[in-house]
Amino acid sequence: MSTKLYLGTRKGLIEAEKREGRWQLTRCSFRGVQVPMLLPDARDGRLYAAVNHGHFGSKVHVSTDAGATWAEAACPTYPPKPDDVPDVINPMSQEPTPWTLKLIWSLESGGKDEPGVLWCGTIPGGLFKSMDSGASWSLVTSLWNHPARAQWFGGGADWPGIHSIVVDPRDSRHVQLAVSCAGVWETHDGGESWACIGEGMFAEFMPPDQRFDPGIQDPHRMVACPLSPDHQWVQHHNGIFHSTDGGRHWQHCDKVNPSGFGFAVVVHPTDPQTAWFVPGVKDEMRVPVDDALCVMRTRDGGATFEPLRKGLPQEHAYHLVYRHALDISGDGRTLAFGSTTGSVWISEDGGDSWERLSAELPPVYIVRFG
Amino acid sequence: MPRVEFTPNLARQTQAPSCEVGGSTVAEALNEVFRKVPGLRSYVLDDQGAVRTHVVIFVDGSTIRDRARLSDTLRPDSEVFVMQALSGG
Repeated sequence: MSTKLYLGTRKGLIEAEKREGRWQLTRCSFRGVQVPMLLPDARDGRLYAAVNHGHFGSKVHVSTDAGATWAEAACPTYPPKPDDVPDVINPMSQEPTPWTLKLIWSLESGGKDEPGVLWCGTIPGGLFKSMDSGASWSLVTSLWNHPARAQWFGGGADWPGIHSIVVDPRDSRHVQLAVSCAGVWETHDGGESWACIGEGMFAEFMPPDQRFDPGIQDPHRMVACPLSPDHQWVQHHNGIFHSTDGGRHWQHCDKVNPSGFGFAVVVHPTDPQTAWFVPGVKDEMRVPVDDALCVMRTRDGGATFEPLRKGLPQEHAYHLVYRHALDISGDGRTLAFGSTTGSVWISEDGGDSWERLSAELPPVYIVRFG
Repeated sequence: MPRVEFTPNLARQTQAPSCEVGGSTVAEALNEVFRKVPGLRSYVLDDQGAVRTHVVIFVDGSTIRDRARLSDTLRPDSEVFVMQALSGG
């Protein structure tokens, strides 16, 4: 079981530890600065933090002592846009998509057989790869130059963004991405070529003849079961989808209780049928159903869902949980999530009951067990 | 020589020393600073070399006109201030 928890918030990286049987807040780093993304790299113990200074842009820092000290590392940077390369026009805003980093929105380790390889997804839609533990980054031009990128658009943000990166534990060259809004993409050759996959997701935010187009879907978050990676879950703008064939086909889960809208999803590390979500009232509301916060769990591959409410506020609760703000420990029983209104809860019984760590935190962007 | 100063808010995050540099344009002056302090560049300029949206540069009391190429000219005694814009961010 994990005994360390990292919280990336609107006002810094806040850590919690379990000491003498109790979870408690410990340290704050990058005080006052947004921390939208974190990666504890299990391969070498490094901890990466993406920080966003607002005025002064995004940076990456790395710690080799679990957050005690930090050094600024290289930051993914878009190359100079050649004058003879035409702009890609965002189909919604009709504005040219900038070649400028707006936000680091995902950060994942490469495979266990690829020491030093990191993947980084960004807004406005560029994917970056590092071969040297973040000492340098390269834009993955095969994806950035893909003609279909002209179809990508932002969901919520002004520009499209890559928020989910899944590296296949059986084959490190097989990497999948989920993009808002461009559906699910995959490479089988370590990023040299890419294809959009995924039949079955639908987008009610598009005209009827485009609703099932895989390339315009808005998956809010995609995860794969580490032990059984062909079992994948997507919390989508229009519901929950489950795949048992590595994301090629998606089944809509319509027995949700209480709602299929949300952002976050995690899957059990060894039981692909079990996944957790934090539902809300769709789309224009984005608050808990009936103002009563719950986590929603399925244990049968999405056939049924149950709301888990013990320890969570059941009246006047307006918490929203962002897509990276729910995490599960390797034991499959310890979960934690943080909300936009600065509460963090931990469960050590698979979500059956929850204990609030704090209600005083800044808005929480990302929760990661160390 | 033109003098370049940075907002103290930058010094909280990275090295941002005031200095006297050569150069007849804002770009030339800042590039000389960035040669001395390479890590500072990405705090002031975006990926394409333009001034970050929420950073503002004053030369002798006036904001620069060319935020993309920083071609505004400097006098030998110009004062350049790199500030945090009051535009959010």
